[in-house]
Amino acid sequence: MSMKRDYYEDVEFLNGKPTKLWFVVFLAVLVSFPFWASSYYVYVASLIGVNIMVILGLNILVGNTGQISLGHAGFVAIGAYTLVLLQSSGVPFPIALIFAGVVAAVFGFILGMPALRLEGPYLAIATLAFGLAIEVIIGRMSFFGGHMGLRVGAPDFYFFKILSETGLYFLILFIVLLAGIFARNIIRGKTGRAFQAIRDSAVAASAMGVNIARYKTMSFAVSAFYAGIAGGLWAVLMGFINPGQFNFVLSIQYLAMVVVGGLGTIFGSVLGAITITLLMLQAESIQLIPIIGPLFEAFSEQFMTRSGMPNITWVLTGLALMLIVIFEPLGLYGLWIRCKIYWKTWPF
Amino acid sequence: MLLQIILSGLVVGSIYALMGLAMGIIYKASEVPNFAQGEMAMITTYIAFVIISVHGYAFWVAFAGSIIFAFLLGAFFEFVFIRRAKEPNVLSLIIITLGFQMVLYGIAGWKFGSDQRRLRMPFSDTETYRFGDIVISELGLATIAVAIILMLIIWWFLSNTRLGVAMKATQQNKMAARINGIPTDKILSISFGISAVVGAIAGLFVAPVSTLDPNMMWDPLMKGFAAAVLGGFTNLPGIVIGGYLLGVIENLYGYYISVEFKSVVALLVIVLVLWLRPSGLFSKHYSKKV
Repeated sequence: MSMKRDYYEDVEFLNGKPTKLWFVVFLAVLVSFPFWASSYYVYVASLIGVNIMVILGLNILVGNTGQISLGHAGFVAIGAYTLVLLQSSGVPFPIALIFAGVVAAVFGFILGMPALRLEGPYLAIATLAFGLAIEVIIGRMSFFGGHMGLRVGAPDFYFFKILSETGLYFLILFIVLLAGIFARNIIRGKTGRAFQAIRDSAVAASAMGVNIARYKTMSFAVSAFYAGIAGGLWAVLMGFINPGQFNFVLSIQYLAMVVVGGLGTIFGSVLGAITITLLMLQAESIQLIPIIGPLFEAFSEQFMTRSGMPNITWVLTGLALMLIVIFEPLGLYGLWIRCKIYWKTWPF
Repeated sequence: MLLQIILSGLVVGSIYALMGLAMGIIYKASEVPNFAQGEMAMITTYIAFVIISVHGYAFWVAFAGSIIFAFLLGAFFEFVFIRRAKEPNVLSLIIITLGFQMVLYGIAGWKFGSDQRRLRMPFSDTETYRFGDIVISELGLATIAVAIILMLIIWWFLSNTRLGVAMKATQQNKMAARINGIPTDKILSISFGISAVVGAIAGLFVAPVSTLDPNMMWDPLMKGFAAAVLGGFTNLPGIVIGGYLLGVIENLYGYYISVEFKSVVALLVIVLVLWLRPSGLFSKHYSKKV
């Protein structure tokens, strides 16, 4: 996909009054969501929030710095286990959550160092090896609860505990908003420009005085930090973690979210996380979708098997990935910008 | 005992070497590590299964049929998806292969469910041959033999036929090859097809050892990838050596140190090798020039 700077990338996040108005409306919808939606949808929204958190970080690494990571589930696992172990030994939740991010970031920094010399397939296999190794190591050690996993207590703020689904939703919403603003500031600041310079041409960047070693490892560390925090939040949301959750498939799903949403944009991260999370959740009950559902069902009975129907989501996600890379390299965000520009000058 | 362990390492290593070789052929031709390689082999093995168990043909018919299918699948993948990418870079190509992998995985699960099936082969897993102290199953012997024959064929093909030389030329310098009248696009499709055939043969020999289900090629794919990285992606003989080395190291580690972390040791070897030699053991490291 083209990584060149162009007009689309210059479009700002909040420019003009209508955008600000829409932003306020959007916030109001988010805040009031738990009061009019059923508790299942509040849970789904929290899950989407956690995924947005991971994707914000992964997008900084993949979209802005142009590196690839096929082992991001490993960082999420590190965050989740750090939080659970710290919390069960009596550390209050906010401190444990920050530690979850920091420990993941340290691992990100360590993984970033060999990445300095690696590119393309070699970097892909190194990150993939990291992700698989974390999964296996956690699964084999009784300290981490082995394959049976660990129970997670409610987030303990020392003075009070968050027990309800709604409370958890607001906690995640707050952290994700904070993370979004933080990511936006990184991307638009000096650091973000250094990342983009490395993505577009590492040689040119270093000729212009960008310290490649520093910014590449920093990019890995920042993105791992996000993944670690998201892992911690995921653990409290699920109430239970085991190593099987953090497998290679999850890493690929994360990558799919980044690409489907749009590389290198925050709005894209949000769109991608929402789309793929909903698609994956719908997998179990694909026949319930109106109109397309019965069609799929009939087709499955005629040519495929009924029991294999959840696999349709894999086919759809895979097709979406390929088509987006081929036809719309900026993903859903690119489509959105295109629509916007088309309607701006309509009917001329 | 040591010899026995090394021999069983060689049996596993042949599978890794074939998978690595399949990825290496594609990598040399188009600079993309093909993550769909495993699923392409898996689908092909299912085709063989359908030909044998549903339609009741002999194994050799299924073997020929699945090889033709694999070639068409590989060429189709290149023609329909890889070639259409606008301004391709490594990241976008990797993502296309991951997408294709998801599609194939989904189709296999959709059509066959996640039931585990058995692929009937003319080589038995239980009948063994004995050479002095060491024992090898009929299937193991067949795996090694087929792998070596296949490697020799590929080597002969690349160095002695017109098509093979054209493939090599395309790998070395696409522009120059095109100027000299080689239809490089067609050659790319053919490279993908050949690589899919190599992968499919590996898949046929994996299926009777593990079971036939949509997840069966995960592990061989990872290890094949690891073998390719170990040997250096651009060096085909290096990849083969890497595959055998990986199989033997893995088995030795499993026997002498611990079975528990046997599956991770390959990855550890990779990280170590990449740390010391960023382009693998047997290929030269080129730093990018402006």
